Amino acid sequence: MTADAGTNDPTPTSAGLSGQGTGMPEWLVRIVLALVPILLALIVGAAILLLLGRDPISFYVNIVRRGLISWIGLQETITRCAPLILLGASLIVAFRAGLWNLGIDGQFLLAAVITAALSAWMIQSAPAWIVLPVGMIAGFLVGAVWSLIPALLKAYQGVNEIVTTLMMSFLGVSLANVLIKIPFNDPNTTVPQTMTLVTDDRLPRLFGTTINIGVVIAVVVILVVHWVMTRTAFGLRLQTVGANPKAALHAGLSVPLLTVVTFGLSAGLAGLAGSVEILGVWGNVRADWNPGYGLAIIPLVFLARFNGIAVIGFTFFFAMLSIGGETASRRADLPNYFVLVLVALILIFMALTEWLSHRRALARRA
Amino acid sequence: MSGLLSDAFLISLVAGAIAAGIPLLLAGLGEQVSEKAGVLNIGIEGMMLLGAYTGFYVAFLSGSLWLGFLGGAAGGLILALLMALLCVRLGLNQIVIGIALTLGADGITALLHHVQFSRTYPRLPAVDTLPIPLLSQIPIIGPGIFDRHPSVYLAIIAVFVLVWVFRRTNVGLNLQAAGDKPAALDAAGVSVTTTRTLAVLFTGMMAGLGGAYMSMIGAGIFIPFMTGGAGFIAIVLAMLARGHPTWVLYGALLFGVSLSLTTALQVGGVNVPTDVVQMLPFAMVMLVLVIFARRSALPAALGLPYVRGQR
Repeated sequence: MTADAGTNDPTPTSAGLSGQGTGMPEWLVRIVLALVPILLALIVGAAILLLLGRDPISFYVNIVRRGLISWIGLQETITRCAPLILLGASLIVAFRAGLWNLGIDGQFLLAAVITAALSAWMIQSAPAWIVLPVGMIAGFLVGAVWSLIPALLKAYQGVNEIVTTLMMSFLGVSLANVLIKIPFNDPNTTVPQTMTLVTDDRLPRLFGTTINIGVVIAVVVILVVHWVMTRTAFGLRLQTVGANPKAALHAGLSVPLLTVVTFGLSAGLAGLAGSVEILGVWGNVRADWNPGYGLAIIPLVFLARFNGIAVIGFTFFFAMLSIGGETASRRADLPNYFVLVLVALILIFMALTEWLSHRRALARRA
Repeated sequence: MSGLLSDAFLISLVAGAIAAGIPLLLAGLGEQVSEKAGVLNIGIEGMMLLGAYTGFYVAFLSGSLWLGFLGGAAGGLILALLMALLCVRLGLNQIVIGIALTLGADGITALLHHVQFSRTYPRLPAVDTLPIPLLSQIPIIGPGIFDRHPSVYLAIIAVFVLVWVFRRTNVGLNLQAAGDKPAALDAAGVSVTTTRTLAVLFTGMMAGLGGAYMSMIGAGIFIPFMTGGAGFIAIVLAMLARGHPTWVLYGALLFGVSLSLTTALQVGGVNVPTDVVQMLPFAMVMLVLVIFARRSALPAALGLPYVRGQR
C-alpha cells in the first residue's frame, strides 16, 4: 500500500448543509453555520480569559476598538488582509484539488526574502514600475519551485504530501534565515536583515491612506481563483482529481500532471502573498521574522467551505482579530498567542457544527 | 580535523543524540500505534508541547521527575481524549482537528508560561543519572548512553515491549486490523471504535512523556513552542518505520544526531550558523523520503473514519 491512502480528502461533505425543511434559505443556513463556531469560540475564550484573571469583555472591546473602529487600526486591518487573502487563494486551489499543501509558511517566507533582496538590488538601476511586478513574479516562482519536491513525490511516488510539505516548510523557514544572515545581509545594520526598499518605491497606496494596492491585487486574485475553480473546465478537472483520483484517471485526466500543476499554483500564490507583504508593508525582511499565518489561515478556508468570496469575509475578521488582538493583549499583559487559542477553538467548534448538521440531515432523511 | 574527531566532540554528539532522540522515540512509538490503528495523529506536536508544559510544571511544583512524567502523560492524554472523542467517536476530519489541537496547545502553553514563568524563568536542577556498571565505563559512548536518567532505559525497553505486543498479542493484531481492514475487525466482534480510541490515548500518553522528557531532562526549563516540529518528525519516523518499533529507535537516534550536531560542532570548535544545522533533520527527512519513497508504508484505512456498514 502506498502512502497515498493516508490522505483523507480535505473536501468537506456537503450533505447536511442544505437547508431543506428548515424553512431557511440556503445562504442563511451557511452563514449561521459559519457564525455559530465563532460565537462558541469567543465564549470559551472568554472563560479562559476569566481563568487567567483577565476581563474578557474589555479584552474583546479592545480588539474591536483597535482593529475595526479606530481609523488607523482599520487601515492596518485592511492592509493585513492582503497576504491572508492570497494565502487563502493558495489553499483553495490545493484543497479543492484534494491536496494538502501545509507548507505555505515556508513558501511565503522564502518568497518574501528573495523578493526583498531582489527588489532592493534591482531598484538601484530600474524604475519601481518594473521592479514591483518582477518582484511579485519572482515570489510566485520561488513558492512554486519550493513545492516541486513534494509535488513530484506525491504525483509519481504517492508519498503523503502532508508530511513532505510540512518538512519543506521547516526547511524553507530555516533557509530563509540563512539567506538573510549570509548572502542578502545588509552590511549597514546591526540586526541581520535584507537591504531595504524605501517607502516611495513600495506598492502605491490608495487615496492618501496607509492601505497599499496589495489588497486590491489579493481580492482580484482570489476572485479569479474562485471563478477558475468553479466555472472553468480546468477547475472542474482539478475538482475531479480532488473528489476521486481514480475516477479522474478513468476520465482520461493526467492525474500526476494535474497534481504538479496544482501544487505549483497553490505554492506560487503563497509565494505571491510573501512578495506582496514585503513590497507593500515591510520593504525588507529581518532575521527570524516569521508571522506564521499558515496554520491560522487553514481553518478560515475550511470555515468558508473553499468559497473565495467567503474567504475574504473571514480573512477580514481574522485580520481584525490579530491587529486588535495585539493591542488588547498588551493592555491585558498577555502575549499575543491568545488569538491562536481562539483559532483552535473555532476549528473544533466548526468541525462539531458540521457534524451536528450532518446528523440532523441524516435523521430527517430517515 | 583534530577538532572534529576529538573526544569532546564525539562525547557531546552521543550525549546530545540521546537527549534529542528520546522525545522523538517516545512520540514516534506512540504515533506508530495510532497509525497502525488507522488514525493519523497530526495533533501529536500539540500533545508533546502540552506534555512538556504539564510535565515541567508538575516537576517544578513537586520536585519529583517521576511525578513530572505522570503530569506529562496526563497533559498528552487530555488532548488525546479530545482527539479520540472528535475523530474516532464522531468521525471528524483528523487533519483539521489535529491542526486545531496543535494550535490550541501552542497558544495555551504560551499564555500559561507568560502568566506563570515569564518573569522568573525557573529551571529544574540537573537530573541524577543511573550509571550501568561496566557499560558506562566504555570510552566515548559509555557516559553518553549508559550513564543517563533511568527514564532513558525505560524508553528503550518500551521499544521491545511494543515489538512483543505487535507480534505476539491479540492487542497487536487488533490494532493492525483496525488500520488495514476495520470491517474485518468489526466482524470478528471487536469494536473498532474502542481499539482506535485506546490507540489514540496511548499516542497522547507517549507524546506527553516525550514532551516531558524534553522539558524536564533535556532542557530543564519550559519554553513556549519548544517542541519546534519534533512531533512532525515523529510522524515521519512512524511512517518510515513501517510498523517496526526498532526502526523507530534507529530513526530517532539518527535524527537525534542531526539535532545535536550544532552543540557538538561548537564543542569541537567549528562554528556553523545555527540555521544551517537546524535544517539538517528536515533535510534528512526529505532525503530519506526521496530515496525510500516507495517503501514508506501506511495502513489502508489510515485517516478514514470507520462507519459500520459504509464502504
